[in-house]
Amino acid sequence: MQGFLREWSRNRMLFLMIAPTLLFFVVFSYLPMIGVYYAFTNFSFDGGLFGSEFVGMQNFRFLYESGVLWTLTKNTVLYNLAFILLGNALQLICAIFLSELPGKWFRKITQSVMFLPFFVSFVLVGAFVFNLFNSSNGLVNTVLVQLGFQPYDFYLNTAPWKYIIVFFNLWKGLGYGTIIYLAAIMSISDEYHEAAKIDGANIFQRIRHITLPLLVPTFILLILLSLGGILKGQFDLFYQIIGNNGVLFNSTDIIDTYVYRSLAVNFDIGMGTAAGLYQSFFGLILVLAVNYVIRKTREDYALF
Amino acid sequence: MKIRTERSTVLFNTIGYVLISLFALLCLLPFLLVLSGSFSSEQEIIAEGFKLIPDQWSLEAYRAVFSNPEQIFDAYRVTILLTLAGTALGLFLTSMAGYVLSRQEFKYRNSLSFFIYFTTLFSGGLIPWYILIVNYLQLKDSYLALLVPVLVSAWNIILMKNFMKSIPESIPESAKIDGAGEFTIYLKLILPLSAPSLATIGLFMALGFWNDWFMANLFITTESKYPLQFLLYKILASAAVLKTSIAGNLSPDFKPPAETLKMAAAIIVTGPIVFLYPFVQRFFVKGLTIGAVKG
Repeated sequence: MQGFLREWSRNRMLFLMIAPTLLFFVVFSYLPMIGVYYAFTNFSFDGGLFGSEFVGMQNFRFLYESGVLWTLTKNTVLYNLAFILLGNALQLICAIFLSELPGKWFRKITQSVMFLPFFVSFVLVGAFVFNLFNSSNGLVNTVLVQLGFQPYDFYLNTAPWKYIIVFFNLWKGLGYGTIIYLAAIMSISDEYHEAAKIDGANIFQRIRHITLPLLVPTFILLILLSLGGILKGQFDLFYQIIGNNGVLFNSTDIIDTYVYRSLAVNFDIGMGTAAGLYQSFFGLILVLAVNYVIRKTREDYALF
Repeated sequence: MKIRTERSTVLFNTIGYVLISLFALLCLLPFLLVLSGSFSSEQEIIAEGFKLIPDQWSLEAYRAVFSNPEQIFDAYRVTILLTLAGTALGLFLTSMAGYVLSRQEFKYRNSLSFFIYFTTLFSGGLIPWYILIVNYLQLKDSYLALLVPVLVSAWNIILMKNFMKSIPESIPESAKIDGAGEFTIYLKLILPLSAPSLATIGLFMALGFWNDWFMANLFITTESKYPLQFLLYKILASAAVLKTSIAGNLSPDFKPPAETLKMAAAIIVTGPIVFLYPFVQRFFVKGLTIGAVKG
């Protein structure tokens, strides 16, 4: 307390300057943490936070025993794995080609075009999906009919949506990731490539033996960092593509969309909060684990 | 030997040009589809569905939108004001917090940094946050609900702090000896030196506000308060029929364009971003490569 008072009188202005930001985090991040108590109640709107019936672990038990938790976890993790692995591989390939291709204008224009999807709202992805796949007049069906096939009702079939979701995730993140890998490639000294050229190595050999090995640390680091967030779903992406189409939930419902529906559609506050707390809790453990691994191997890149 | 090297380079370049062109085309294709959809005629869509290149071009959808543009203008006004206010306020708070946390002589800089950082590691989740905003702060259907809960982000503060750490400590120190207060030092010395990172973080914030539909989806119920993206979402979901003055005054069996109108609305909402994109792209690229080194 003494120390605080001394610091307060010495740096009062600094305290005042950060006060609004601290207040923001207290209100919008720390106060809601008290609300995880909803997860242990059978929430009623009359009772509110502490007036609702306390039910212990019952919500969690229901989520577990009904299989909902398993489906949600499986979907969230598998989609994120596909996003992370395919995304990074694709971005890496693009970055390598863009770093070696000679046409300056070609590189500039294609890089700009690939970065464009990052800038648009996910609602526009919804517009694309409508244009392409809606059952009465989507473009894919136009083409199918022209080629003499039967039109396909996308909204009744779960099979194609996995690929559609993964496609639009890759679509949105391609330019962003390519830029990060491109920056890593640019930081490789030219001397390695020059020396290899003199020794007669062709371009494939140089990429295989110089560029790729030197990118492995960046690749692993980015993958590890993403793995820390593997329980966090991309709500925008899934909700704009699938919406509230219950037919498709079995293969497209992730924790985030479930929590959202608990709040906005089913009004099941206790159950939704429980699923959210499950996600936050194991998410924290995952980040700690990832951070531990990074700290062991490459300390200067550890998160904390 | 020389010939072999060249041949492999030709092969590499061919694969590269084809592959990269293909990816770039795939990135562009959805935009082109929506664009051509917006210029199609409604009858053709109903009869034959969306096409990449319509047989018949038509301005009917745009005419319908602008026959009664009030709804779009309202949404534009909300979004522009929200983006300006949110970015200005957010940038002010973020840079101020970043400055305080970067000051070596501020004793609590590490513990307060962790206090902020921890919110990215653990959260109460969507529902307690929603209930706080709606029941306790009473912000349902208020413009403030779109602004205040997303005003600052922990990541941006950390990014700002790391950038400001690279400014030599001797600058605020010597200004202090000359009698300048901390706020003056921040405003007159540190902010101008931080212009590049302010531009980058500010643009990311502006993009976030411009593209947001989620906050409006949760909190806004009055149609005239919809921001752009949420209006588009509602139009796409056919939940909000874009009000056009065409419907009433034509023959009873005339249907106002609905499918092409959705596409036209998407173009009108996205247009400014695509138009501004070439000018701001480099700031984002710079920001990414700074941020990528250490978040």
